[in-house]
Amino acid sequence: MRFGVVTFPGSNCDRDCLHVLGRVLGQDATTVWYEERSVDGLDCVILPGGFAYGDYLRAGAIASTAPVMTAVRRFAGLGGLVLGICNGFQVLLEAGLLPGAMVRNRAGRFLSQPVYLRVESTRTPYTATLRVGQVLQMPIAHGEGNFYAPSLLLHALTTSGQVIFRYCTADGEITAAANPNGACANIAGISNPEGNVLGLMPHPERASEPILGSSDGRRLFESLIASQASSRARPQWLPAGQEQPVG
Amino acid sequence: MVVTVRLIITLKEGVLDAQGQAVRQGLRALGYDMVSEVKVGRYLELTVPDDLDPATAQELCERFLANSLIEEWRLEDTMPEAASEPSTPSRPWPGAH
Repeated sequence: MRFGVVTFPGSNCDRDCLHVLGRVLGQDATTVWYEERSVDGLDCVILPGGFAYGDYLRAGAIASTAPVMTAVRRFAGLGGLVLGICNGFQVLLEAGLLPGAMVRNRAGRFLSQPVYLRVESTRTPYTATLRVGQVLQMPIAHGEGNFYAPSLLLHALTTSGQVIFRYCTADGEITAAANPNGACANIAGISNPEGNVLGLMPHPERASEPILGSSDGRRLFESLIASQASSRARPQWLPAGQEQPVG
Repeated sequence: MVVTVRLIITLKEGVLDAQGQAVRQGLRALGYDMVSEVKVGRYLELTVPDDLDPATAQELCERFLANSLIEEWRLEDTMPEAASEPSTPSRPWPGAH
């Protein structure tokens, strides 16, 4: 798979993404400079973590106006795979590619700690090889990860299966104590209705090698790679189980 | 001619203002219990043509400067200034010496 990892001014998790995708998973992974006007030839665009544009105005706000985002929007609209991690998730929200908004962590502090995530849906390429209810451990590192959706939107996200990950206990229970930042309904990651665009606050690229304490994050990338391998390019992501003839 | 327009952005009611709460805690710790609420927002000064179309001003705010899902905003206090002069000092806090 050909991955493009966008580097905005202030992105700082791009190298980790390139390392995991390129060296750990042996994929074709390149940097996409924020001024690029095209993402042609890529199978997946990653918006990495960091502090794009210093998080000035609002986290992800100015980055959503960067030149490359026009191409990313078009790519996503055609069904291209777009993964936003942490700051990247914030950029997707500000760009309107995902619904909702991020506000400051409830405790008002930057949190850097491992969390448990419960897989809520396998209807995206990022989770297709996982199990609903599966618990993954990954680190978070953010000051504004408190996902907010007004109640109507929250209801819509839940009923349409767009909630992909929730913060949970080690046993997979969704509790207030397991919610590090106050995010509504313990939401840690969501997708668009089609499932090709995913945003999550935790860092799968920092949980892809045992030396960092967990390899659970790697499963997202492996699911993505497996999904791409088992389907030919098509504009809409079909739910797992709907096979298309190859060739 | 240009004017300086002030834009004040705060979180909507119902959206947690963690910063505001933290600041209030700090004030209380210093003994200023009489401050019952603190909202921390954003303040911008925009220098624009004095004949800027109000619809455009609205657009700037709604499209980019504020996130209307979680924030409300208001424009206030235009302070006319000649293009070549440095910015005028802001009005003093009422009661300040």
